[in-house]
Amino acid sequence: MSKKLELIMRAKIDGEIFARSIFALSAVISILAVALICVFLAANSFPALREIGVLKFLFGTSWKPSDIPPSYGVLPMILGSLYVTAGAVIIGVPIGVLTAVFLAKCCPKKIYKLIKPGVDLLAGIPSVVYGFFGMAILLPVFGGSIISASILLGIMILPTVIGLSEAALRAVPESYYEGALALGAGHYRATFAAVLPAAKSGIFAAVILGIGRAIGETMAVIMVAGNQARIPSSIFKGVRTLTSNIVLEMGYAEGLHRQALIATGLVLFVFILIINLSFQALKSRSKS
Amino acid sequence: MKKVSETILKIITIGAAIITISVLLFIIIFILIKGTPYIKPSLFSLSYNSENVSLMPALISTVAMTILSLVIAAPVSIFAAIWLCEYARRGNKLVKLVRITAETLSGIPSIVYGLFGMLFFVSFLGWGYSLLAGAFTLSVMILPLILRSTEEALTAVPDAWREGSFGLGAGKLRTVMRIILPAAAPGIFSGIILAVGRIVGESAALIYTAGSVAQIPENVFASARTLSVHMYALSSEGLHVGEGYATAVILLIVVVLINAASAAIAKKVGGYR
Repeated sequence: MSKKLELIMRAKIDGEIFARSIFALSAVISILAVALICVFLAANSFPALREIGVLKFLFGTSWKPSDIPPSYGVLPMILGSLYVTAGAVIIGVPIGVLTAVFLAKCCPKKIYKLIKPGVDLLAGIPSVVYGFFGMAILLPVFGGSIISASILLGIMILPTVIGLSEAALRAVPESYYEGALALGAGHYRATFAAVLPAAKSGIFAAVILGIGRAIGETMAVIMVAGNQARIPSSIFKGVRTLTSNIVLEMGYAEGLHRQALIATGLVLFVFILIINLSFQALKSRSKS
Repeated sequence: MKKVSETILKIITIGAAIITISVLLFIIIFILIKGTPYIKPSLFSLSYNSENVSLMPALISTVAMTILSLVIAAPVSIFAAIWLCEYARRGNKLVKLVRITAETLSGIPSIVYGLFGMLFFVSFLGWGYSLLAGAFTLSVMILPLILRSTEEALTAVPDAWREGSFGLGAGKLRTVMRIILPAAAPGIFSGIILAVGRIVGESAALIYTAGSVAQIPENVFASARTLSVHMYALSSEGLHVGEGYATAVILLIVVVLINAASAAIAKKVGGYR
């Protein structure tokens, strides 16, 4: 009898240990995934970086993979990504932050129930659908250009900016607002002069996350940015971003060309890591 | 003076909200007007050819891709969250590393996942452009999403429930499986629904992992295009843009359903808390 009990106990303990190791192993997978992504991107782009030269790759102004000899300068694409992202911030952030102010501080409950699901829907629309919309509405007016891509990306980062800014605004203690009212400010003055500055670092975090989304967006940008691989002379000229460079040419690229495209991905990845780190830093600051 | 600034601030705030909502309405109405006329029975025929660019194969591939990615990612991310919340000790170095890497994963753009999937699953493991390579790529992408919402759901379960279960003599595993997971189920489920939304809308991560063959895949090693990839292919071919808009209508309907489902669950979770 006692032997049987002992066996049951032992099986139980074994089960516990087995389960614990399965859970721990699963947790390690996200570490493994990041490590694999780094290793595979780096290993596949290093040969190209060595052959082209890191500086020539990063600061070369011409990308002509089919020329003889080919040239692989990724600077036009780096600038392209930066330009359309800056444009998206200029268009999307003011509208997004003000909408967040409206949702958090000035919105009757009934209207909130209508607008909030709308913002969630904006977040859920696939990027190709945005691309189709941009092709039909923006291309006839602005052509494939920085301005088209900026407007479309500005719309696409709205839900990110609105969501996080609204949370940051709601986290500001009510006493800030009441204090400003007591000093004689009206509702909007109090909100803009007391609540908004207090939510500053949370809103910055929202903007940085929006930048991350804009710089990483691919399909919608391809459909409206024109995609010329040269440094644009005005905002009405076409650009190619780091992301679109990969998708446009990967289908037929071979050898050095293919590795250079993977290296383009590596550059993008480094950008994203920097953006992520600053987001983390800001988020932990806004919490404390 | 005071009144003037108050009015100006009021106008720009309400104006911004109006812009946001009108952009949304404009996009939706535009897609509906352009796409609805092209939704015909022939669009749902089982085979795709150059005369009839049926979206049915893409729809079936999308469902297959979604199920496959969830089957791979959901257990792993839920188990990982259980370990983080229920097993790991506070201040454990590994916990910190897991959290940081999961945050990193959630910021990586889909094209980088696409590159990685192409290098690792397609070339290194030799799976070729296939449903399986696409699903594995997507499951890495949705892992942080399900992990995060599971973690939130688990921490929302009151400690008294755990203590009660231990007090009745249940072991750790039994407590997790019988007490904590059922209580956290709605939260976990809403994370899974969000993940479905990302899978359905994804295109950049799939073009060079699952490829873009427009037929119903025969097995998991066959190439297949999802609805989003189908849309992109139609737009770059430029011959059947109308059918592309019709696909957009279907995608919009899916997104609305997904959002409604996650809102309904969120309401339920709120009530339970």
